[in-house]
Amino acid sequence: MSGNSSHHITPYRTLGIILLILLSMTFVTIEITSFHLGAFTVTAALLIAGFKGYLVLSYFMHLKHESVLLRILVAMVFVLFALIVVITFIDYAFR
Amino acid sequence: MSNETEKHQSYLDDQGEYKGILGWIFSTDHKRIALLYLYAITAFFFVGAIIGLMMRIELAAPGETIVKPQTYNGLFTVHGVIMIFMVVIPGLSAVFGNFLLPLHIGAKDVAFPKLNRLTWWILMVGSVMAIMTQFLRQGPPDTGWTFYAPYSTQTGTSVILATTAAFVLGFASILTGLNFIVTIHRMRAPGMKFFNMPLFPWAIYAASWIQLLATPVVGITLIMLIFERVFGIGFFNPDLGGDPLLFQHLFWIYSHPAVYIMILPAMGVITEIIPTFCQQKVYGYKAIAISSLAIAGVGFLVWGHHMYTSGMSEQARWFFSLLTFIVAVPSAIKVFNWILTMYKGSIDMKPPFLYALFFIFLFIIGGTTGLILGSVATNVQVHDTAFVVAHFHYIIFGGMGFAFFAGIHFWFPKMYGRMYNFKVANWGAILLFIGFNLLYFPQFIIGYQGMPRRYYDYLPQFQWGQIISTIGGFVLFTALIIMVTNLVRGAKKGELAPANPWKGSTLEWTIPSPPSLENFDTDPVVKANPYDYNS
Amino acid sequence: MSNHENHPHVHRDDEAQKLGMWLFIFTELLLFGGLFLVYSIFRAQYPQNFHESSLELSVTLGVINTVILLVSSMSVAISLTAVQKGNYKLSRLMLLLTVALALAFMVNKYFEWGAKFHHGLYPGSELMQLLERGHHLYFALYFFMTGLHAFHIIVGVILLLISYVKIGKGKVKSDNFMHLENAALYWHLVDLIWIFLFPLLYLIS
Repeated sequence: MSGNSSHHITPYRTLGIILLILLSMTFVTIEITSFHLGAFTVTAALLIAGFKGYLVLSYFMHLKHESVLLRILVAMVFVLFALIVVITFIDYAFR
Repeated sequence: MSNETEKHQSYLDDQGEYKGILGWIFSTDHKRIALLYLYAITAFFFVGAIIGLMMRIELAAPGETIVKPQTYNGLFTVHGVIMIFMVVIPGLSAVFGNFLLPLHIGAKDVAFPKLNRLTWWILMVGSVMAIMTQFLRQGPPDTGWTFYAPYSTQTGTSVILATTAAFVLGFASILTGLNFIVTIHRMRAPGMKFFNMPLFPWAIYAASWIQLLATPVVGITLIMLIFERVFGIGFFNPDLGGDPLLFQHLFWIYSHPAVYIMILPAMGVITEIIPTFCQQKVYGYKAIAISSLAIAGVGFLVWGHHMYTSGMSEQARWFFSLLTFIVAVPSAIKVFNWILTMYKGSIDMKPPFLYALFFIFLFIIGGTTGLILGSVATNVQVHDTAFVVAHFHYIIFGGMGFAFFAGIHFWFPKMYGRMYNFKVANWGAILLFIGFNLLYFPQFIIGYQGMPRRYYDYLPQFQWGQIISTIGGFVLFTALIIMVTNLVRGAKKGELAPANPWKGSTLEWTIPSPPSLENFDTDPVVKANPYDYNS
Repeated sequence: MSNHENHPHVHRDDEAQKLGMWLFIFTELLLFGGLFLVYSIFRAQYPQNFHESSLELSVTLGVINTVILLVSSMSVAISLTAVQKGNYKLSRLMLLLTVALALAFMVNKYFEWGAKFHHGLYPGSELMQLLERGHHLYFALYFFMTGLHAFHIIVGVILLLISYVKIGKGKVKSDNFMHLENAALYWHLVDLIWIFLFPLLYLIS
């Protein structure tokens, strides 16, 4: 059973565009965190980081063109991590 | 169809580049690697069991009996480390997963055979390190296998070497899990969809995900512990702002799912044995398959039930208790399915089936006492008592252990091409069952009466239970010797085994006993229902 | 199924290799996840101290390092596209660029850490033990997380160099590039971790 990747090749242009978006998002993060939005600052920073991560995963790591299975597995791992953090906070937040 | 004519070359015969023992240590054949794991784990098990017996002798009377208190602390620690990290975690996955998974899915090996071989070498390295901890000048670790901070960050004993050993051993578990997941996704024979696989591969699949995802968490935790000792990083030290409870959280985030690494393959083995010896298809195939995944998933979310009395918030206790009761449901489903599989079946009481029956009995006791522990109110009474010790031995030893014995008696003819003596095997099983219950049942009683765990000394009112327990330990050990001797004798001189001695319906029974190197000399015929006993 | 001759018939399964690498990446995510968990607990407990301590870090250096890694992710991705298109020269050039960027990152890290060490701030130092609790935890996490990350950069560089050599030897080419694809995946993981590490350590307002 061969599984040779006869697969999609990411164009150079796409890679360049993604980099530009990532760089601009980095600078947005720096700007946003210089304001004092309290708890929302870290949320904003994490949301932007999450978006950057999504871009790296989808385009650089090619997930957008991989199988549904792989995309579900990746999502599952992040969900698991998120659950573990949230559940641990059920202890810490209420002590 | 059996074909054991002389020209068939068994995997047990040397046929590679290396001969003799090198042919084993350098083998990439999943079947040889499985046996290497079997021998290693058996050896470690006996070391751990003898240490357990020493503990039992010590506990037979209050006060000092044969060892000093510090030694006793070292004994229960190394007993746990060996049994958990070197026996039951690799356990069923590495032995039967390795041997049977490719056979069950019609493959000629696992996805990454060289990686497979590496995991056994890693087991060897990690185990040597773990054993070495007993001989360092600082003295063997005395923290318990759970290494709780702050004691583990401060005790002068060889904690760093022990935790490094556990870290190394973790890689064997992770890489085995990785290998099996890829194997199941990529190497099923043509025509075998996920829902055409037997239920043992399903169990291995679920357990492999836990091995893959949970182990790194304890890995990083052990490094934190080591850095605490070496650099004083303070994560678990209140003086530096840290929290000892954080260690417990991180530790159990792995160690609870870890118990499902132990029990899921065990349930998988039982799910193969029962239909075979009842000659009936499994009741509720889909339920068992999905419940394996459910146990794995929900099992990640219940870890705090080890920590009810530690100082966690009330909301956390509530949450973990609820999830713990939820995770019990899929396990209970399996028990019903096993019993219903037997209903109106044509039962053949051979040793594997006897062990499977014992498994169900012991697993039920272990599981229901888990509910007593899982409920916060009752937990307060029995936490850190002998009740807990009894519970987990019923589940791990009575459950996984007996499933292991069931599996070895079931697949022995396939692995060695020979039979063992059934009568001795059955009597061994019965003696084992008696010894086991004598050893552990009294622990439930004295536990809820107040006998603490990991205590070297105790009040005289608990001695009756401790004495019965110690006697049970020796009966159990004797039975183990009988069982192993019978199997070894069978491997050497037993009657030659046919390809399918038990009228099984899964693919391993369609090839010779023992199999040839690449398993299937002709393409396997995949049936839609793996438990079809009529054809 | 055939018998084996002297050399085993190589049965290639690229999807298996890729799945294996992704599964390994999952373990790395959970490994760092443990540290991110510890970070989030302590930051929630000592928000003011974490903020104060983060001021000791140079945001400029952090940004430079972030840009370095983002560009390096693009360069390794270009390298892969190049191999797939048969442009081996470009591919190797991009791999060298990636490695060079990685080394630049390490040099920056060396200066960052060096500055801290110079001020007596290092794991196990007396000064560390004397810090206020939140400050201590912040720096403990800073050294641990960036240190573990740096270790992974070194591993990534090694994988990339191996790919570089393999392209040169013709072992990685346009119809057989899994090794490079997997090395690139690993490198992207290193970048991904930093994407989260940077704001959490450097940009605490």
